[in-house]
Amino acid sequence: MGRGIEEQAPGFALGAIGDIVGLARKASMWPVTMGLACCAIEMMATGTPRFDISRFGMEVFRASPRHADLMIVSGRLSQKMAPIVRQVYDQMSEPKWVLSMGACASSGGMFNNYAIVQGVDHVVPVDIYLPGCPPRPEMLLNAILELHEQVKKAPLGARRDEIARRVEAAALAATPTHAQKGLLA
Amino acid sequence: MSTDTPGSKATPPEETRPDAPSSAVPEAPAAAPTDPAAVTSGELDDAGEVVEGEAVGLAELAESPAPALEDQARGDLVATRQGLFGNTDTGDTSGFRGLQVSVVIDVPTERPYGGWFDEVVDILAEVLEDNGIAYGAAVRKVVVDRGELTLEIAREHLVTVCRLLRDEQDLRFDLSLGVSGVHYPEDAGRELHAVYHLRSITNGPRLLRLEVAVPDADPHVPSTTNVYPVNDWHERETWDFFGIIFDGHPGLARIAMPDDWVGHPQRKDYPLGGIPVEYKGATVPPADQRRSYR
Repeated sequence: MGRGIEEQAPGFALGAIGDIVGLARKASMWPVTMGLACCAIEMMATGTPRFDISRFGMEVFRASPRHADLMIVSGRLSQKMAPIVRQVYDQMSEPKWVLSMGACASSGGMFNNYAIVQGVDHVVPVDIYLPGCPPRPEMLLNAILELHEQVKKAPLGARRDEIARRVEAAALAATPTHAQKGLLA
Repeated sequence: MSTDTPGSKATPPEETRPDAPSSAVPEAPAAAPTDPAAVTSGELDDAGEVVEGEAVGLAELAESPAPALEDQARGDLVATRQGLFGNTDTGDTSGFRGLQVSVVIDVPTERPYGGWFDEVVDILAEVLEDNGIAYGAAVRKVVVDRGELTLEIAREHLVTVCRLLRDEQDLRFDLSLGVSGVHYPEDAGRELHAVYHLRSITNGPRLLRLEVAVPDADPHVPSTTNVYPVNDWHERETWDFFGIIFDGHPGLARIAMPDDWVGHPQRKDYPLGGIPVEYKGATVPPADQRRSYR
Protein backbone atom coordinates (compact mmCIF):
# COMPACT_ATOMS: atom_id res chain seq x y z
CA MET A 1 0.00 0.00 0.00
CA GLY A 2 1.23 3.39 -0.83
CA ARG A 3 1.32 5.89 1.90
CA GLY A 4 -0.23 9.30 1.86
CA ILE A 5 1.82 12.44 1.87
CA GLU A 6 0.99 13.03 5.50
CA GLU A 7 2.88 9.96 6.39
CA GLN A 8 5.99 11.03 4.53
CA ALA A 9 8.78 12.73 6.30
CA PRO A 10 8.21 16.45 6.35
CA GLY A 11 9.96 18.12 3.43
CA PHE A 12 11.29 21.62 2.96
CA ALA A 13 11.08 24.00 0.07
CA LEU A 14 13.23 27.07 0.45
CA GLY A 15 12.79 30.17 -1.62
CA ALA A 16 11.85 33.81 -1.63
CA ILE A 17 8.26 34.74 -1.01
CA GLY A 18 8.41 36.74 -4.21
CA ASP A 19 8.74 33.55 -6.23
CA ILE A 20 5.49 32.23 -4.87
CA VAL A 21 3.73 35.53 -5.30
CA GLY A 22 5.05 35.93 -8.81
CA LEU A 23 3.88 32.45 -9.72
CA ALA A 24 0.42 33.21 -8.43
CA ARG A 25 0.25 36.61 -10.14
CA LYS A 26 1.33 35.44 -13.55
CA ALA A 27 -1.10 32.54 -13.51
CA SER A 28 -4.08 34.76 -12.86
CA MET A 29 -3.97 37.93 -14.92
CA TRP A 30 -7.05 39.98 -15.64
CA PRO A 31 -6.85 42.10 -18.76
CA VAL A 32 -8.99 45.19 -18.99
CA THR A 33 -11.39 45.50 -21.90
CA MET A 34 -9.94 48.29 -23.96
CA GLY A 35 -9.71 48.11 -27.72
CA LEU A 36 -8.56 51.19 -29.60
CA ALA A 37 -8.29 50.14 -33.24
CA CYS A 38 -7.68 47.22 -35.55
CA CYS A 39 -5.25 45.52 -33.16
CA ALA A 40 -8.25 45.04 -30.88
CA ILE A 41 -9.70 42.63 -33.42
CA GLU A 42 -6.63 40.46 -33.09
CA MET A 43 -6.81 40.84 -29.33
CA MET A 44 -10.40 39.61 -29.39
CA ALA A 45 -9.39 36.77 -31.68
CA THR A 46 -6.84 35.80 -29.05
CA GLY A 47 -9.71 35.22 -26.68
CA THR A 48 -11.49 32.83 -29.01
CA PRO A 49 -11.25 29.04 -28.61
CA ARG A 50 -8.95 28.77 -31.59
CA PHE A 51 -6.14 30.61 -29.84
CA ASP A 52 -7.49 30.05 -26.37
CA ILE A 53 -5.93 32.59 -24.07
CA SER A 54 -7.60 30.78 -21.18
CA ARG A 55 -4.77 28.27 -21.24
CA PHE A 56 -2.83 30.93 -19.39
CA GLY A 57 -5.45 31.85 -16.85
CA MET A 58 -6.68 35.08 -18.38
CA GLU A 59 -9.68 34.41 -20.57
CA VAL A 60 -11.91 36.95 -18.85
CA PHE A 61 -11.48 40.54 -20.00
CA ARG A 62 -12.78 42.76 -17.24
CA ALA A 63 -14.95 45.70 -18.17
CA SER A 64 -13.87 47.60 -15.07
CA PRO A 65 -10.27 48.70 -14.67
CA ARG A 66 -10.65 48.16 -10.91
CA HIS A 67 -10.91 44.44 -11.56
CA ALA A 68 -7.96 44.30 -13.92
CA ASP A 69 -4.21 44.29 -13.65
CA LEU A 70 -3.17 44.13 -17.31
CA MET A 71 -3.86 46.81 -19.87
CA ILE A 72 -3.38 45.78 -23.50
CA VAL A 73 -3.18 49.01 -25.47
CA SER A 74 -4.35 47.68 -28.80
CA GLY A 75 -4.22 50.27 -31.52
CA ARG A 76 -3.25 53.83 -32.26
CA LEU A 77 -3.80 56.24 -29.41
CA SER A 78 -5.24 59.57 -30.49
CA GLN A 79 -4.49 62.76 -28.64
CA LYS A 80 -8.09 62.93 -27.54
CA MET A 81 -8.09 59.38 -26.22
CA ALA A 82 -4.83 59.77 -24.32
CA PRO A 83 -6.25 61.24 -21.10
CA ILE A 84 -8.91 58.53 -21.06
CA VAL A 85 -6.34 55.76 -21.36
CA ARG A 86 -4.35 57.35 -18.58
CA GLN A 87 -7.46 57.49 -16.43
CA VAL A 88 -8.17 53.83 -17.04
CA TYR A 89 -4.59 53.06 -16.10
CA ASP A 90 -4.84 55.13 -12.94
CA GLN A 91 -8.01 53.31 -11.93
CA MET A 92 -6.35 49.92 -12.11
CA SER A 93 -5.09 48.68 -8.80
CA GLU A 94 -1.46 47.81 -8.17
CA PRO A 95 0.28 45.72 -9.26
CA LYS A 96 -0.51 46.44 -12.90
CA TRP A 97 1.16 45.97 -16.21
CA VAL A 98 0.86 47.53 -19.64
CA LEU A 99 1.31 45.72 -22.91
CA SER A 100 1.76 47.97 -25.94
CA MET A 101 0.27 45.98 -28.79
CA GLY A 102 1.23 46.80 -32.36
CA ALA A 103 3.35 49.38 -34.13
CA CYS A 104 0.96 52.27 -33.57
CA ALA A 105 0.71 51.82 -29.83
CA SER A 106 4.45 51.34 -29.55
CA SER A 107 5.70 54.19 -31.73
CA GLY A 108 2.83 55.85 -33.56
CA GLY A 109 3.35 53.46 -36.44
CA MET A 110 2.23 54.75 -39.80
CA PHE A 111 0.44 57.68 -38.17
CA ASN A 112 3.28 60.12 -37.80
CA ASN A 113 1.06 63.17 -37.50
CA TYR A 114 -0.53 65.64 -35.16
CA ALA A 115 -3.47 63.46 -34.22
CA ILE A 116 -1.76 60.39 -32.80
CA VAL A 117 0.38 60.01 -29.69
CA GLN A 118 3.74 58.73 -30.90
CA GLY A 119 3.85 55.76 -28.57
CA VAL A 120 1.74 55.10 -25.50
CA ASP A 121 4.86 55.25 -23.34
CA HIS A 122 4.32 59.01 -23.48
CA VAL A 123 1.22 58.41 -21.38
CA VAL A 124 1.59 55.19 -19.40
CA PRO A 125 4.62 53.10 -18.42
CA VAL A 126 4.92 50.17 -20.79
CA ASP A 127 6.20 46.80 -19.64
CA ILE A 128 6.39 45.02 -22.95
CA TYR A 129 6.22 46.15 -26.57
CA LEU A 130 4.72 43.95 -29.22
CA PRO A 131 5.56 44.83 -32.85
CA GLY A 132 3.35 44.02 -35.80
CA CYS A 133 0.68 45.66 -37.88
CA PRO A 134 -1.36 44.09 -36.49
CA PRO A 135 0.35 41.31 -34.57
CA ARG A 136 -1.13 37.87 -35.02
CA PRO A 137 -2.83 36.33 -31.99
CA GLU A 138 0.13 33.98 -31.66
CA MET A 139 2.38 37.01 -31.32
CA LEU A 140 0.14 38.46 -28.65
CA LEU A 141 0.22 35.14 -26.83
CA ASN A 142 4.00 35.16 -27.04
CA ALA A 143 4.14 38.68 -25.68
CA ILE A 144 1.86 37.68 -22.83
CA LEU A 145 4.05 34.70 -22.04
CA GLU A 146 7.09 36.95 -22.04
CA LEU A 147 5.24 39.28 -19.72
CA HIS A 148 4.45 36.30 -17.50
CA GLU A 149 8.16 35.65 -17.21
CA GLN A 150 8.68 39.24 -16.14
CA VAL A 151 5.88 39.03 -13.62
CA LYS A 152 7.15 35.75 -12.25
CA LYS A 153 10.55 37.24 -11.58
CA ALA A 154 9.34 40.62 -10.44
CA PRO A 155 10.70 41.50 -7.02
CA LEU A 156 8.48 42.56 -4.17
CA GLY A 157 8.33 45.55 -1.89
CA ALA A 158 11.19 47.95 -1.46
CA ARG A 159 13.40 46.00 -3.82
CA ARG A 160 10.90 46.53 -6.60
CA ASP A 161 11.00 50.29 -6.14
CA GLU A 162 14.76 50.30 -6.07
CA ILE A 163 15.01 48.31 -9.27
CA ALA A 164 12.50 50.55 -10.97
CA ARG A 165 14.56 53.60 -10.02
CA ARG A 166 17.71 51.99 -11.34
CA VAL A 167 16.05 51.06 -14.61
CA GLU A 168 14.84 54.59 -15.08
CA ALA A 169 18.26 56.05 -14.32
CA ALA A 170 19.86 53.68 -16.79
CA ALA A 171 17.34 54.60 -19.45
CA LEU A 172 17.99 58.28 -18.95
CA ALA A 173 21.72 57.76 -19.28
CA ALA A 174 21.49 55.48 -22.29
CA THR A 175 22.60 56.53 -25.75
CA PRO A 176 19.65 57.71 -27.83
CA THR A 177 18.67 55.46 -30.68
CA HIS A 178 19.69 57.84 -33.41
CA ALA A 179 23.14 58.25 -31.87
CA GLN A 180 23.81 54.55 -31.74
CA LYS A 181 26.18 53.08 -34.27
CA GLY A 182 24.65 50.18 -36.07
CA LEU A 183 24.22 48.85 -39.54
CA LEU A 184 22.82 52.12 -40.75
CA ALA A 185 25.56 54.36 -39.42
CA MET B 1 -3.87 80.22 -77.22
CA SER B 2 -7.19 81.14 -78.71
CA THR B 3 -7.90 78.01 -80.61
CA ASP B 4 -11.32 77.73 -82.08
CA THR B 5 -12.74 74.76 -80.34
CA PRO B 6 -16.33 74.23 -79.33
CA GLY B 7 -15.39 74.63 -75.72
CA SER B 8 -13.85 78.02 -76.32
CA LYS B 9 -16.99 79.76 -77.37
CA ALA B 10 -17.57 83.28 -76.28
CA THR B 11 -18.93 84.03 -72.89
CA PRO B 12 -22.67 83.44 -72.96
CA PRO B 13 -24.78 86.52 -72.50
CA GLU B 14 -25.28 86.94 -68.81
CA GLU B 15 -28.86 88.10 -69.00
CA THR B 16 -29.99 84.87 -70.56
CA ARG B 17 -28.93 82.83 -67.60
CA PRO B 18 -30.97 83.15 -64.44
CA ASP B 19 -28.24 81.60 -62.36
CA ALA B 20 -25.52 83.98 -63.42
CA PRO B 21 -23.83 85.14 -60.24
CA SER B 22 -23.43 88.62 -61.62
CA SER B 23 -25.47 91.18 -59.77
CA ALA B 24 -28.15 89.41 -57.83
CA VAL B 25 -26.53 89.27 -54.41
CA PRO B 26 -25.09 92.59 -53.45
CA GLU B 27 -24.39 92.03 -49.79
CA ALA B 28 -22.41 88.84 -49.60
CA PRO B 29 -18.65 89.11 -50.02
CA ALA B 30 -18.58 85.50 -51.14
CA ALA B 31 -20.56 86.51 -54.16
CA ALA B 32 -17.68 88.26 -55.88
CA PRO B 33 -18.16 86.82 -59.32
CA THR B 34 -14.98 88.13 -60.78
CA ASP B 35 -12.04 86.69 -58.97
CA PRO B 36 -9.39 89.40 -58.90
CA ALA B 37 -6.61 86.86 -58.76
CA ALA B 38 -8.01 85.06 -61.71
CA VAL B 39 -8.51 87.94 -64.08
CA THR B 40 -5.11 89.55 -63.83
CA SER B 41 -3.28 88.20 -66.79
CA GLY B 42 -5.89 86.94 -69.14
CA GLU B 43 -3.35 84.59 -70.60
CA LEU B 44 -5.82 81.86 -71.12
CA ASP B 45 -8.98 82.96 -72.78
CA ASP B 46 -10.28 79.53 -73.60
CA ALA B 47 -10.33 78.15 -70.12
CA GLY B 48 -13.86 77.00 -70.62
CA GLU B 49 -12.59 73.86 -72.24
CA VAL B 50 -10.63 72.92 -69.18
CA VAL B 51 -12.07 70.09 -67.22
CA GLU B 52 -11.07 68.85 -63.83
CA GLY B 53 -7.47 67.98 -63.40
CA GLU B 54 -6.68 68.13 -67.10
CA ALA B 55 -3.60 69.76 -68.44
CA VAL B 56 -4.15 73.05 -70.14
CA GLY B 57 -1.13 73.06 -72.33
CA LEU B 58 2.41 71.92 -72.61
CA ALA B 59 5.54 73.85 -73.42
CA GLU B 60 4.74 76.95 -71.46
CA LEU B 61 7.95 78.31 -70.14
CA ALA B 62 8.48 78.52 -66.43
CA GLU B 63 8.66 82.30 -66.50
CA SER B 64 5.25 82.84 -68.00
CA PRO B 65 2.47 83.71 -65.58
CA ALA B 66 0.02 81.09 -64.53
CA PRO B 67 -3.04 80.71 -66.68
CA ALA B 68 -6.02 82.49 -65.29
CA LEU B 69 -9.71 82.54 -65.82
CA GLU B 70 -11.28 85.60 -67.24
CA ASP B 71 -14.58 85.04 -65.52
CA GLN B 72 -15.48 83.39 -62.28
CA ALA B 73 -18.80 82.45 -63.80
CA ARG B 74 -17.05 79.91 -65.96
CA GLY B 75 -15.98 77.90 -62.99
CA ASP B 76 -13.78 77.99 -59.96
CA LEU B 77 -10.08 78.10 -60.62
CA VAL B 78 -8.96 76.23 -57.54
CA ALA B 79 -5.36 75.52 -58.41
CA THR B 80 -2.67 76.36 -60.91
CA ARG B 81 0.30 74.07 -61.00
CA GLN B 82 3.50 73.90 -62.88
CA GLY B 83 5.78 70.99 -63.58
CA LEU B 84 5.40 67.61 -62.07
CA PHE B 85 5.93 65.97 -58.72
CA GLY B 86 7.01 69.13 -56.94
CA ASN B 87 10.54 68.81 -58.15
CA THR B 88 12.00 72.30 -57.99
CA ASP B 89 15.53 71.83 -56.80
CA THR B 90 17.17 69.82 -59.56
CA GLY B 91 17.58 70.33 -63.25
CA ASP B 92 14.73 69.50 -65.52
CA THR B 93 15.55 66.44 -67.54
CA SER B 94 12.01 65.37 -68.24
CA GLY B 95 10.61 68.33 -70.11
CA PHE B 96 7.66 68.39 -67.77
CA ARG B 97 8.76 71.62 -66.18
CA GLY B 98 6.88 73.62 -68.76
CA LEU B 99 3.69 71.82 -67.97
CA GLN B 100 1.03 74.10 -66.64
CA VAL B 101 -2.16 72.81 -65.18
CA SER B 102 -5.23 74.77 -64.24
CA VAL B 103 -7.77 72.97 -62.16
CA VAL B 104 -11.18 74.40 -62.84
CA ILE B 105 -14.20 72.93 -61.16
CA ASP B 106 -17.87 73.72 -60.99
CA VAL B 107 -18.33 75.09 -64.47
CA PRO B 108 -22.00 76.15 -64.63
CA THR B 109 -24.22 73.92 -66.69
CA GLU B 110 -26.68 75.18 -69.24
CA ARG B 111 -30.19 73.90 -69.51
CA PRO B 112 -31.44 71.31 -69.99
CA TYR B 113 -29.86 69.66 -66.99
CA GLY B 114 -31.38 66.32 -67.79
CA GLY B 115 -33.56 63.83 -65.95
CA TRP B 116 -35.38 65.14 -62.94
CA PHE B 117 -32.87 67.94 -62.43
CA ASP B 118 -34.84 70.46 -64.48
CA GLU B 119 -38.05 69.66 -62.65
CA VAL B 120 -36.48 70.08 -59.25
CA VAL B 121 -34.76 73.32 -60.16
CA ASP B 122 -37.98 74.68 -61.67
CA ILE B 123 -40.03 73.82 -58.62
CA LEU B 124 -37.39 75.28 -56.34
CA ALA B 125 -37.36 78.50 -58.37
CA GLU B 126 -41.13 78.64 -58.17
CA VAL B 127 -41.37 78.19 -54.44
CA LEU B 128 -38.51 80.61 -53.92
CA GLU B 129 -40.41 83.25 -55.85
CA ASP B 130 -43.50 82.44 -53.80
CA ASN B 131 -41.48 83.19 -50.70
CA GLY B 132 -40.27 86.47 -52.08
CA ILE B 133 -36.76 85.41 -52.91
CA ALA B 134 -35.38 85.87 -56.38
CA TYR B 135 -34.15 82.62 -57.78
CA GLY B 136 -30.87 84.15 -58.88
CA ALA B 137 -30.32 85.59 -55.44
CA ALA B 138 -30.55 82.22 -53.74
CA VAL B 139 -29.15 79.84 -56.34
CA ARG B 140 -25.88 81.15 -57.65
CA LYS B 141 -24.97 78.33 -59.90
CA VAL B 142 -26.28 75.01 -61.14
CA VAL B 143 -23.67 72.41 -61.93
CA VAL B 144 -24.39 68.99 -63.37
CA ASP B 145 -21.28 66.91 -63.31
CA ARG B 146 -20.97 63.16 -63.60
CA GLY B 147 -24.71 62.80 -63.41
CA GLU B 148 -24.99 64.67 -60.13
CA LEU B 149 -26.79 67.91 -59.50
CA THR B 150 -25.13 70.60 -57.43
CA LEU B 151 -26.72 73.90 -56.49
CA GLU B 152 -24.55 76.64 -55.15
CA ILE B 153 -26.58 78.56 -52.63
CA ALA B 154 -26.03 82.03 -51.26
CA ARG B 155 -25.45 81.58 -47.56
CA GLU B 156 -28.09 84.10 -46.47
CA HIS B 157 -30.76 81.98 -48.16
CA LEU B 158 -29.41 78.57 -47.22
CA VAL B 159 -31.84 77.82 -44.42
CA THR B 160 -34.80 78.91 -46.51
CA VAL B 161 -33.68 76.78 -49.41
CA CYS B 162 -33.24 73.78 -47.13
CA ARG B 163 -36.65 74.31 -45.61
CA LEU B 164 -38.31 74.56 -49.00
CA LEU B 165 -36.47 71.52 -50.29
CA ARG B 166 -37.64 69.58 -47.26
CA ASP B 167 -41.22 70.79 -47.02
CA GLU B 168 -42.38 71.37 -50.58
CA GLN B 169 -44.56 68.49 -51.60
CA ASP B 170 -42.94 67.99 -54.98
CA LEU B 171 -39.43 68.24 -53.63
CA ARG B 172 -39.45 66.50 -50.24
CA PHE B 173 -35.73 66.15 -49.74
CA ASP B 174 -36.45 64.69 -46.36
CA LEU B 175 -33.09 63.19 -45.50
CA SER B 176 -29.89 65.10 -44.99
CA LEU B 177 -26.75 63.05 -45.32
CA GLY B 178 -24.67 65.53 -43.44
CA VAL B 179 -22.39 68.48 -43.88
CA SER B 180 -18.91 68.32 -45.30
CA GLY B 181 -16.27 70.96 -45.68
CA VAL B 182 -13.84 71.66 -48.48
CA HIS B 183 -10.90 74.01 -48.45
CA TYR B 184 -9.71 75.63 -51.67
CA PRO B 185 -6.86 77.85 -50.49
CA GLU B 186 -6.23 79.29 -53.96
CA ASP B 187 -9.83 80.15 -54.69
CA ALA B 188 -9.61 83.70 -53.42
CA GLY B 189 -12.71 84.92 -51.64
CA ARG B 190 -14.30 81.47 -51.77
CA GLU B 191 -11.82 79.43 -49.80
CA LEU B 192 -14.22 77.45 -47.66
CA HIS B 193 -17.11 75.42 -48.97
CA ALA B 194 -19.80 73.73 -46.93
CA VAL B 195 -21.41 70.86 -48.82
CA TYR B 196 -24.79 69.35 -48.03
CA HIS B 197 -26.14 66.17 -49.53
CA LEU B 198 -29.91 65.85 -49.48
CA ARG B 199 -31.80 62.70 -50.32
CA SER B 200 -35.47 62.49 -51.20
CA ILE B 201 -37.00 59.24 -50.07
CA THR B 202 -40.54 60.31 -50.80
CA ASN B 203 -39.94 61.24 -54.43
CA GLY B 204 -37.71 58.41 -55.39
CA PRO B 205 -34.03 58.07 -54.76
CA ARG B 206 -33.14 61.62 -55.66
CA LEU B 207 -29.84 62.96 -54.45
CA LEU B 208 -29.09 66.67 -54.47
CA ARG B 209 -26.02 68.54 -53.41
CA LEU B 210 -26.00 72.05 -52.00
CA GLU B 211 -22.80 73.99 -51.77
CA VAL B 212 -22.11 77.21 -49.93
CA ALA B 213 -18.88 79.09 -50.55
CA VAL B 214 -17.59 81.58 -48.01
CA PRO B 215 -14.34 83.50 -47.74
CA ASP B 216 -11.74 82.49 -45.21
CA ALA B 217 -11.89 85.99 -43.71
CA ASP B 218 -15.59 85.65 -42.95
CA PRO B 219 -16.31 81.94 -42.50
CA HIS B 220 -19.91 82.23 -41.37
CA VAL B 221 -22.69 79.96 -42.59
CA PRO B 222 -26.14 79.80 -41.01
CA SER B 223 -26.85 76.59 -39.21
CA THR B 224 -29.33 74.19 -40.77
CA THR B 225 -30.00 72.25 -37.59
CA ASN B 226 -33.48 73.73 -37.31
CA VAL B 227 -34.37 72.13 -40.64
CA TYR B 228 -32.27 69.00 -40.46
CA PRO B 229 -31.49 68.14 -36.82
CA VAL B 230 -29.12 65.44 -38.03
CA ASN B 231 -26.75 68.17 -39.17
CA ASP B 232 -25.95 69.02 -35.55
CA TRP B 233 -22.87 66.87 -35.17
CA HIS B 234 -21.92 67.25 -38.81
CA GLU B 235 -21.72 71.00 -38.42
CA ARG B 236 -19.63 70.55 -35.32
CA GLU B 237 -17.32 68.32 -37.30
CA THR B 238 -17.06 70.82 -40.15
CA TRP B 239 -16.31 73.56 -37.65
CA ASP B 240 -13.74 71.37 -35.99
CA PHE B 241 -11.86 70.43 -39.13
CA PHE B 242 -12.38 73.46 -41.39
CA GLY B 243 -13.24 76.36 -39.12
CA ILE B 244 -16.55 77.18 -40.74
CA ILE B 245 -18.68 78.90 -38.11
CA PHE B 246 -22.31 77.80 -38.24
CA ASP B 247 -24.32 80.69 -36.82
CA GLY B 248 -27.27 79.59 -34.75
CA HIS B 249 -25.95 76.15 -33.96
CA PRO B 250 -27.09 75.04 -30.48
CA GLY B 251 -23.61 74.13 -29.30
CA LEU B 252 -20.80 74.57 -31.77
CA ALA B 253 -18.04 72.73 -29.91
CA ARG B 254 -15.26 70.63 -31.30
CA ILE B 255 -16.26 67.05 -31.83
CA ALA B 256 -13.22 65.08 -32.99
CA MET B 257 -10.26 67.04 -31.75
CA PRO B 258 -9.68 67.80 -28.06
CA ASP B 259 -11.54 70.83 -26.78
CA ASP B 260 -8.42 72.93 -26.37
CA TRP B 261 -7.03 72.17 -29.81
CA VAL B 262 -5.67 75.07 -31.82
CA GLY B 263 -6.38 75.25 -35.53
CA HIS B 264 -8.47 73.28 -37.96
CA PRO B 265 -6.59 70.24 -39.17
CA GLN B 266 -8.30 69.49 -42.46
CA ARG B 267 -7.35 72.78 -44.01
CA LYS B 268 -4.79 72.45 -46.75
CA ASP B 269 -2.35 74.74 -45.00
CA TYR B 270 -2.45 72.85 -41.72
CA PRO B 271 0.87 71.07 -41.20
CA LEU B 272 0.84 67.31 -40.88
CA GLY B 273 2.74 67.59 -37.63
CA GLY B 274 4.93 64.53 -37.85
CA ILE B 275 8.02 64.09 -35.74
CA PRO B 276 11.45 62.85 -36.87
CA VAL B 277 11.69 59.08 -36.82
CA GLU B 278 14.71 57.67 -35.06
CA TYR B 279 16.39 54.56 -36.32
CA LYS B 280 19.56 53.03 -35.09
CA GLY B 281 22.15 55.50 -36.21
CA ALA B 282 19.86 57.61 -38.31
CA THR B 283 17.01 60.08 -38.14
CA VAL B 284 14.45 60.39 -40.89
CA PRO B 285 12.30 63.50 -41.11
CA PRO B 286 8.55 63.10 -41.09
CA ALA B 287 6.87 62.25 -44.36
CA ASP B 288 5.59 65.72 -45.16
CA GLN B 289 9.08 67.20 -44.93
CA ARG B 290 10.94 64.69 -47.05
CA ARG B 291 9.81 66.15 -50.36
CA SER B 292 6.97 68.18 -51.66
CA TYR B 293 4.05 66.12 -52.80
CA ARG B 294 1.32 67.31 -55.05
